[in-house]
This record gives sequence, structure tokens and C-alpha cells, in this order.
Amino acid sequence: MEFNLDNFKVQGVKVNYYYICKRKLWLYSKGITMEQNSDRVMIGKLVHENSYKRLKKKEVLIDDMLKIDILDNDYVREVKISSKMTKADKMQLMYYLYYLDSLGIKKKGLINYVKEKRQEEIELTDEYKREIEKTLIDIKEISQKRKPPELVKLPYCTKCAYYEFCFVKEEV
Amino acid sequence: MSRDFYIFSNGRLKRKDNTIYFIDCLENKRTLPIEQINCIHLFGEIDLNSKLINYLSQYGIMLSFYNYYGYYSGTYYPRKKNVSGFTVVNQANHYNDYEKRLYIAKAFVDSAVHHILKNMRRHKEGIEDLIERIQNERKNIEEAQRIDELMGIEGRIRKSYYKSFNKILKSDFGIQKREKRPPTDPVNAMISFGNSLMYTTVLSEIYKTQLDPTISFLHEPSVKRFSLGLDISEIFKPLIVDTVIFSLVNNRVITFDEFDIEEGICYLNEKGRKKFISEYERKLGTTIKHRKLKRKVSYRMFIRLECYKLIKHFIGDEEYKPLKAWW
Ligand code: SF4
Repeated sequence: MEFNLDNFKVQGVKVNYYYICKRKLWLYSKGITMEQNSDRVMIGKLVHENSYKRLKKKEVLIDDMLKIDILDNDYVREVKISSKMTKADKMQLMYYLYYLDSLGIKKKGLINYVKEKRQEEIELTDEYKREIEKTLIDIKEISQKRKPPELVKLPYCTKCAYYEFCFVKEEV
Repeated sequence: MSRDFYIFSNGRLKRKDNTIYFIDCLENKRTLPIEQINCIHLFGEIDLNSKLINYLSQYGIMLSFYNYYGYYSGTYYPRKKNVSGFTVVNQANHYNDYEKRLYIAKAFVDSAVHHILKNMRRHKEGIEDLIERIQNERKNIEEAQRIDELMGIEGRIRKSYYKSFNKILKSDFGIQKREKRPPTDPVNAMISFGNSLMYTTVLSEIYKTQLDPTISFLHEPSVKRFSLGLDISEIFKPLIVDTVIFSLVNNRVITFDEFDIEEGICYLNEKGRKKFISEYERKLGTTIKHRKLKRKVSYRMFIRLECYKLIKHFIGDEEYKPLKAWW
């Protein structure tokens, strides 16, 4: 069956969350966000504002859907603080490449890990295309669930903005 | 870290560039850094304009107003940014289904009674009979079939509870009965003052979540008040407000000098309000090691956690169990 992106397009952050935690993805997709208690979000913003002052095109909004950090002739660039979530970061960028590709724009991706002063280049292959499509189908399915996916403790839960939300409980 | 600001003098609150200034009637200027404000409480006669309100709204800062006697008049509650239609629809479903509504209302009352008994047991000499009466009355909560029945149980429990204040409070402070408007004695004045602070604190925590403050369970949702704030306050009034009163009175921080009586209305004067607020803020900031989260949690954060548990209940994630302080 032909995959029609129009039926499945989502914000990039959902692709990211998909690879971090399905429960986080569900909560986010229902508007249950935790901005007010995440210092990391704040740090992220600061890093972002200070790192790319020299480059002109930062934060481009495409199709009302993708907020792409930096777009130049060959690359879509993403700025990240640390490399802890590499798979998620990579797939989010892959999704951008996929999205642009569907609009007829061919680019490569470059992730900048600011703290570590390291870059990683990625390229959209057919294999990744299939993976993105499968992910988008899954995301739609998860977002439509009436209940959040059950809580399973992940190694990074204590650093997650949802930690208190997920783990608060009474003992009776 | 954001905190609450309290303004006691008369004057003008204004925005200039990215800062809020309070200029009192003697032209003294005080700066309130916008990122550090959680909520501003206005006790004096204050002029302000829409430019200021719009700015505060951008940052989600609430404004609470109190009248001349320090009694609560109302809150400016800015439009929320973090909305979740899904959560609100489900919150409303739990109101509309009477069984579900009753479950939550009972949880609020039971938690309140747990905290009431906790206070009483700490000072138990001479009030053993009142404690027993409340323990017996508490058993009826489970069986209650209707909200007004539940309200009746709570009313009777509070009556016994307030009676015990005469024993808990050392010194000459006493209470005949609870009178809300207007309070005519110092203890009633403190309860009223503390309860309105509690209400605004709860509102500001609700504000940080996706809960709709107008859909409540124990109190009837009304057009006048954000009644979910009243509901959740029930849990925290004995835990926070009443312990503040006990500590202020029993440590002789507050004396009769801190109260004025005018036209039969008893109220905390400015000195009294400042003492009360500083103890109240200290209490809110006190932390307890949470046995499930395994990290330190302030009393203020416990209020937010209560909101989180309610959201989880509404979205079908986990059944709501109210806080029962274990420390
Ligand atoms: S705390 Fe853990 S389970 Fe909860 S959203 Fe975050 S990562 Fe997922």
C-alpha cells in the first residue's frame, strides 16, 4: 500500500519521543506537557540561542509542522546538548529529511552536539524511509489510544520532566 | 526558583521594559524580577494598568487581591497555555457520573480528616474524647451515598476539631465556634486568612497543570469561584494552615497585638499578616523525603503532585488515592 505522508505527518518532537518513551509520546500528544518544571528545556533554549548566532537561517518552520534548526544548501542541522539520546535525535532528523524529500528537497543531516563539540552526519536511505513510515503509523496508533501506555521504568526516567507525574503514588 | 510577592503598602505596580516595579506612595521603588514571580498578592490600594496585566499573563503570573481587612477578594487568573482538551473532557466525565464524582469527593474528605486527626494526636491531652468522636464519624464517609451527606459529616468533624483548638492553643487564644464572615475573634481571623492564602496557593499549582479549575467534585462547580481550588484546599488546610496557626500561637510569635477589631470585624493587622505569611511561606518551602519518588518534595510541590494524581485518575492511568501525610 502506498504510504501517504499527509495522513501521518506529526511534529518532529513526537518522532523523538517515540524513540525515548511511548508513554511520554502519548502524554505529549494529549497536551499533557511539563514545560513548567523542566530545567533542561530552559538549558536547551539557552544553548540554542547562543550557539548559532553567526548562521543566518535558524529555526525555519516548514509546512506549519517542522521546526528545523538550520537549513543550508546541503544540510539540515540539528543542535543538541548531549549525545545521550542519539537514536531519538537521529530519527527526528531522519524524519525531517524524509519530509523534505517528499517535498522534492534532497538534503543530508548534521547533528551538532554542542557540549561535546562533535558532529554526526546522516543520510536518508531506503531502509530509513521504511523505518520512518512504520514509526509514523505507530505514532498515530499510540496517540489515538484512550489510555496512556503503562508505566515501565526506564533508565532515564529520573531525568525526565514527567518523572514526578509518572511515579507519584500513595502507599495504600 | 519562583516565589510569591506580597505587597502591603499603597502605590502603583507597573511594567517598564522587562521588569515589574512597585512604587509606593512615598515614591520608593522596588523591583520584582519577572522570571522569579509565581504570584503577586496585593494587600494595599494598588493602581495598575492593562499593559502590566498583559505582561503578567505572558508569564502566567496570578494576581490576588485582598480588601482592607486582609480578606480575600479575588484572583486574576491568566489564560492558560498548557491546555489539554482530552484531560478536561475526562475531568468533566468524572463530575457528570455521580458515582465517580462521589469517589473523588470522599477521597478529599478522608484525606482532610486524616490530617485533622494527625494534628489532634500531636496535642492529645484533654481532647481524647473529641478524637474518638471524629474517628467514629470518619467511618460514615465510606458509606455516604450523597455529596451533601458527605458535607454534613465533614461539618460535624470540623466542629469537634475546632473545639479542640481551645486545648491545642496555649495562651489565651480561644475559639467559640467557626465563623466565616466576618470573623470576630483572632483565631477565626487567622483561619480565614490562612484558608484564603491556601486557596490561592492551590490555584497557582492547578494553573501549572492541565486541570480545569472550574470543575470540582466536593464543592459544587460554581460560576463565582474556581471551585477545584476549594476541593484540593481541604486536603492541605489542616496540614499547612492549621499547623502554621498552632506554631505562631504556641511559640508566642503572634499575640493579641497583631490583631485589630473594627466594627465587629477581627483581622490581622499589617504586622500580623507579615508574621503569618512568613511562617506560611516557610512551611510551604519545607521539604519531606518522598517515599515513592525518593527525592525531597516541598509542601508546595505536594499540592502539584495531588494535581498530577488527579490527572492520572481522569485519563484512566491510575486510580486516585489522596495524600495521607505519613511523617
Ligand atoms: S518518566 Fe519515564 S515513563 Fe514517564 S514519561 Fe518520562 S521516560 Fe517515560
